[in-house]
Amino acid sequence: MKTIPVSTRVNGDSVEFLCAPEETLLDALRNRLGLTGAKEGCGSGDCGACSVLVDGRLVCACLVLAAEAEGAEIATVEGMAEGERLHPLQRHFIDSAALQCGVCTPGILVAAKALLDHNPDPSDEEVRYWLAGNLCRCTGYDKIVRAVQSAAAEMRGA
Amino acid sequence: MTRQDKITRAFKQVGTRPPRPDGIDKVTGRAMYGADMTAPGMLWGKVLRSPHAHARIRSIDTSAAEALEGVKAVVTGADFTLPEDDFYRDVAVNCMAQDAALYDGHAVAAVAAVSEAVAKAALKLIKVEYEVLPHVIDVDAAMTTGAPVVQPGRAYENVPEGMSENVTSHCEFGHGDLAAGFAKADVIVERSFRTAATHQGYIEPHACLASMGGDGRADLWCCTQGQFHVREVCAEILGMESSQLRVTASEIGGGFGGKTTVFIEPVALALSRKAGRPVKIVMKRDEVFRATGPTVHSSIDVKIGMTRDGRITAGEAHLRYSGGAFPCGTVDMGAQSAFAAYDLDAVRTFGWNAMTNRPKEAAYRAPGAPQAIYAVESVVDELCQKLGLDPLDVRILNAARKGTKSAYGPTFDEIGLLATLEAAKAHPHYTAPLGPNQGRGLSCGFWFNFGGNTCVTMNLAFDGTVTITEGNPDIGGSRASISLMAAEELGIPYDKVRTIVADTASIGHNDITDGSRVTFSVGLAAIEAARDAIAKMCARVAKIWGIDPDAVEWKDGAVHPSGPNAGKFPPMTLAEIAATSPNTGGPIAGHYEVNADGAGVSFGVHLVDVEVDPETGATKVLRYTVFQDAGKAVHPDYVEGQMQGGAVQGIGWALNEEYIYGEDGRLQNPGFLDYRVPVASDLPEIETVILEIPNPGHPYGVRGVGETPIVPPLAAISNAVSRAAGVRLTELPMSPPRILKALSAQG
Repeated sequence: MKTIPVSTRVNGDSVEFLCAPEETLLDALRNRLGLTGAKEGCGSGDCGACSVLVDGRLVCACLVLAAEAEGAEIATVEGMAEGERLHPLQRHFIDSAALQCGVCTPGILVAAKALLDHNPDPSDEEVRYWLAGNLCRCTGYDKIVRAVQSAAAEMRGA
Repeated sequence: MTRQDKITRAFKQVGTRPPRPDGIDKVTGRAMYGADMTAPGMLWGKVLRSPHAHARIRSIDTSAAEALEGVKAVVTGADFTLPEDDFYRDVAVNCMAQDAALYDGHAVAAVAAVSEAVAKAALKLIKVEYEVLPHVIDVDAAMTTGAPVVQPGRAYENVPEGMSENVTSHCEFGHGDLAAGFAKADVIVERSFRTAATHQGYIEPHACLASMGGDGRADLWCCTQGQFHVREVCAEILGMESSQLRVTASEIGGGFGGKTTVFIEPVALALSRKAGRPVKIVMKRDEVFRATGPTVHSSIDVKIGMTRDGRITAGEAHLRYSGGAFPCGTVDMGAQSAFAAYDLDAVRTFGWNAMTNRPKEAAYRAPGAPQAIYAVESVVDELCQKLGLDPLDVRILNAARKGTKSAYGPTFDEIGLLATLEAAKAHPHYTAPLGPNQGRGLSCGFWFNFGGNTCVTMNLAFDGTVTITEGNPDIGGSRASISLMAAEELGIPYDKVRTIVADTASIGHNDITDGSRVTFSVGLAAIEAARDAIAKMCARVAKIWGIDPDAVEWKDGAVHPSGPNAGKFPPMTLAEIAATSPNTGGPIAGHYEVNADGAGVSFGVHLVDVEVDPETGATKVLRYTVFQDAGKAVHPDYVEGQMQGGAVQGIGWALNEEYIYGEDGRLQNPGFLDYRVPVASDLPEIETVILEIPNPGHPYGVRGVGETPIVPPLAAISNAVSRAAGVRLTELPMSPPRILKALSAQG
């Protein structure tokens, strides 16, 4: 099978890998680059557990081909903290008990960060609609919405 | 465990909300779930599944697949020796079909290859010759004489005339004189209900990595709710001794009961044995829906009599459940829990299970109870409407309490139902105004809770920190609550205790994480292990001080001299005792092993407001409040989390979720697009009210809280929708087309 060489940046680091033409970005991140933070919950873009940013745009990595990452800037959950310092969303998710099993958490954190990047002061309804593409089966979303709001407030300096 | 008559302890740490120990790993992507593990030389396994609901397997030709470059092993049913015991044999046959495919998605063969792509290509080269057989999907149809028989020879021994041999069990519970009870009633309502099969819907698909050496020893890493159960079942299916198989539970991405059994684990082990290399299998989402544990689907008749002033005089229920293509005992729990919330003189429930060509049922949060209680609570609500009575008052009037002989036999000890109902009555939600097309519903919920086999070790490090080694995968924050209870008992800070979930070779047997047992049983065992360690520390210090061990006591994390003749010594802290332990007799550890009973039943009440759109039949949940007795909420955040998460799963069950089958017996919606679980924008805030009526069976009064919250939403929402729409709904889910149909039938 013919493989495709890809040069890209992931969480600020330059990386190169070879992938199959039909290989998803999710499989390349997990199986070739060892970045297993993004999860495959459905493989069809319905659950959001594989949410990552490609050039700042929120996508399901299971619906993007690995070859499309050529020349792109990719951000995953592994890049959210700066060294030991957690992103406010990460901290508030822990403090507000916004996760239980945690398997949807990487995708939700990436999606929530994308929301706050363009709307630093969302209403509860905006948070709920923005995160409607991210399934969580443990929490009932209540504590997730609160965690996003408290992180947003902190980031606004409120 | 001795009965605790009054728990008056003032807790210092239990009841606080410290951050969970697995938090940082889970927000940074560092936590390792089932699919995140790899091994050197690892192969990828893939499973071929039946496209037919029911078919005889005439032959399987794997030669072309075996010949494909990169394929290292192929297995079929012939590679498994079937255990004699029915339970294990059913699990084995469910993991890999023998002579027949019993449902759409049933595994028939599997391959291991150097890549996922090669494994996938190999599956296409396996030739299975099927003889398609007639199938049956619906429980009522399956029970009727002449229905296609799913598995011959499995019928209940006393199947009555007129019933199919698909019927595998019958049960009956209750007491009192039904005829006399109904004769006393002013009004009797009799209704039939149906509930669809739903899936647990955990976001993490099943995944495992198996590695077996030529010496027959094996390691298995998998996402499971019970590594010891996985070990026993796999050892049985593969003909191994349990001690030769070490199972490590990964972080688990949701289970809700669905990860209490095995599907791919024995297959991965068999492939690894054949290939001599590690094999990883990760299910795709459609495999999860087609081949792993949905709930039973049900058909239920309920008859209840009530006096004009709201006293229930008799209750009767007939429950017909199907747990898919194998015998299933879940109906027993439905029949036991149906009337658990009521103090009744005359009550009787009858349960039947019948096989259908659907996947084998797996537990889902309070298995069997939501369906039965939905039917009963719907009829109670309708009686309240007919008699013009307040539905909370009627439940308070009839509520089971301490000393009530329960509908399923035992007499209740301290229970929190009444307190929970009264809290609901006093809550502002209950009297808030409603608008047009809006309705308010409520329902009680119940679960038995469970204790079971539990084994905990506590080790003191020389620096005075503590490790708790336990054997139950953490599905709801249990590491946090177990650390809290241990810290409380030892009198040291929470952050000095680390609780880890050990593999099967590192601690004694622990039952599965199920039955809401972990915070109760493992917590109890951790407290007792701490007490064991404390006794040892007291003995050490008494020896150092040269006094009798009875002359010392443990207080606030230190040993103190006690009594008038003990002498004056400065207290010795846990850290000081641990630091000097090499010189006083060696390391210090506490242990506790128990088959715990006294779990203490759990009751909850849910209140919900909905609005039904008469044009589209769509239902919007406007307000939701959960009231539940937690005994003692060890970490209130995670108690609330259980209450909220369970309620939302119940909301999905009530309004959207269902297994939809075509005429061909194939599942039509095996994905999250068409099997729609609730999303954030569907829901309001889920308010929670925790009641604490201590459980006398636990040193701190703890009750399990995980399962009860999924029970009330079905009836609470159905009652709210029925009141909003002005017509009684009797089938779940109440999808928009069903509500429109009910509205139009009413005219």
